[in-house]
Amino acid sequence: MTFVRESFIVFRRQVRMNLRNPAWVLIGVMQPVLYLVLFGPLLKPLVDDFGVENPYTFLVPGLLVQLGMFGAFFAGFGLIGEWREGVVEAERVTPASRTALLVGRLSRDVAQLFVQALILVGLGFAMGMRAPAGGVVIGVLLTLLVGGACAAASNALALTTKSEDVMAPVINMVMMPVLLLSGILLPMTIGPDWLQRVSDFMPFRWIVDAVRDTFTGDFGTSQLMWGTTWAVALFGLALWWGTAVFRKENA
Amino acid sequence: MIQARGLVQTFTTKQGRKKVEVRAVDGVDLDVAEGEVVGFLGPNGAGKTTTLRMLTTLLRPTAGTARVAGYDVATQSKQVRQSIGYVSQAGGVSSYARAGDEVVDHGMLYGLSQAQATASGQQLFEQLDLRGLWQRTPKQMSGGQKRRLDIVMGLVHDPTLIFLDEPTTGLDPQARANLWEHIGRLRSERGATVFLTTHYLEEADALSDRVMIIDQGRIVASDTSENLKAAVSGDQVDLEVADPTRLTDAAAALETIADLVEVDGQHVRGRVSRAGRAVPDLLRDLDRTGIELASIEVIRPTLDDVFLTLTGRSLRDAEAGPTDQPVLEGADQ
Ligand SMILES: Nc1ncnc2c1ncn2[C@@H]1O[C@H](COP(=O)(O)OP(=O)(O)OP(=O)(O)O)[C@@H](O)[C@H]1O
Ligand SMILES: [Mg+2]
Repeated sequence: MTFVRESFIVFRRQVRMNLRNPAWVLIGVMQPVLYLVLFGPLLKPLVDDFGVENPYTFLVPGLLVQLGMFGAFFAGFGLIGEWREGVVEAERVTPASRTALLVGRLSRDVAQLFVQALILVGLGFAMGMRAPAGGVVIGVLLTLLVGGACAAASNALALTTKSEDVMAPVINMVMMPVLLLSGILLPMTIGPDWLQRVSDFMPFRWIVDAVRDTFTGDFGTSQLMWGTTWAVALFGLALWWGTAVFRKENA
Repeated sequence: MIQARGLVQTFTTKQGRKKVEVRAVDGVDLDVAEGEVVGFLGPNGAGKTTTLRMLTTLLRPTAGTARVAGYDVATQSKQVRQSIGYVSQAGGVSSYARAGDEVVDHGMLYGLSQAQATASGQQLFEQLDLRGLWQRTPKQMSGGQKRRLDIVMGLVHDPTLIFLDEPTTGLDPQARANLWEHIGRLRSERGATVFLTTHYLEEADALSDRVMIIDQGRIVASDTSENLKAAVSGDQVDLEVADPTRLTDAAAALETIADLVEVDGQHVRGRVSRAGRAVPDLLRDLDRTGIELASIEVIRPTLDDVFLTLTGRSLRDAEAGPTDQPVLEGADQ
């Protein structure tokens, strides 16, 4: 109970600070719109070649996971600023749970992602996507889980490096293989065999495939099982890492 | 209220390729009783902040133990945190958040309700002369106003054990006096225990029952500031003699009450313990023997004097450090 309360206090503070910054609100809303409106038409002719019935049912899940991952990867940068201003130390000296300090921040990122996901899915439907409601719900939940995991990892990384200059290249180094090997924009199945084998080791590929399956209504696939397992595992791992960093002396 | 035994904190930092170990705190023992106000004095880099961060559970001691408010800092950190208030040297308010919101959130993390935190915060804003700044962001405040906001943050939950790390940096004399009064009230009205660091002997003097001096991670003295000053160096008495031919007579007269008498041009100087009592007699003496003075000055010993006698180094040398350590990456603030 106190944990929820403490997380909420941190969450509310974060949201309040972000809402004070109109650029943040605008970018948050525009991101999914731009992706779908500017990027969708570009991919549409290509997607038709994969033998997918509906291009948007293919596109939206990929964009959803991409939004979840990449938006969240950058969540930690704000924390470095907070650390520099002594905010993290001031929070750490209170009796509040260390996990709450992290979860409050994650909740903000997940809430932001949720709003973006609603816009993306809504717009997708408007543009002709067809997907079962239950599948969309599960797909969005998976996305939120991945987003939460990435945000937790990003926050942990931020407090470990304590420097934007160190953190930015690390994030880039992680993002490149994730983007290329997870089949977000193009399905891995059109690649050569060796590339597919390599991508088998990319957890995010399974998650992207899982979200695609929920959108097409295939609930019994092994991808969905693996994707869900990976999403839960990554979230648990990242949460544990983040808490350890907040707890660590000298953070 | 606070008991520490053998507290040690070492930091490892990279100096080029090789790792260097910095012993920031090197075996500190300290005891602070309930209701006591203790001033923790020392030059830059002496280890004050590091000691405070260990006592406030922000930093795990490399060695040694500490009990704060009856709880062990290493194993019962949550209870310790619940029992204390802490104002860090660098402050902890985001530049872009409204002051009032930050104070209320901070209070709520200590378990206060929103209404309680608001009431307590607003009362502190009144008391520390921050009226009308509730809605402002620290970015729109002066340095001294920001510092007082930091102090409000540390006091919003009404702690009875308070750690203040250089609370008066950046405050003008009036704000400083106001804060001193406030700290005095905390103690007299609420029986609070206060542990504060400072660079100024006069501040430790005005506020604290006891002064502890730390140098290179070790406590070198712990006593009332009166005793430290009296025992350690005494006051400097400086006589400017009008007639140069009477200099030796004046020196002889001063010698009767002073140590380390020296003559320097028209001036005769010496160290006198509790000069306030001894000087009236000296003046009568000089008058009787017809030695005319152009001026007389009594200079209270400064921290530098106390420090010099305790460590054999002046404060300025101490700040440079024995090995002239370079600026360390990742140091606090
Ligand atoms: N995080 C850190 N990593 C490495 N060295 C550190 C760290 N924090 C402090 N130090 C070193 O430990 C020593 C003690 O620092 P500390 O901050 O406790 O000094 P201080 O007495 O508070 O000084 P000041 O009056 O300047 O605030 C210094 O030599 C400092 O450089
Ligand atoms: Mg300090």
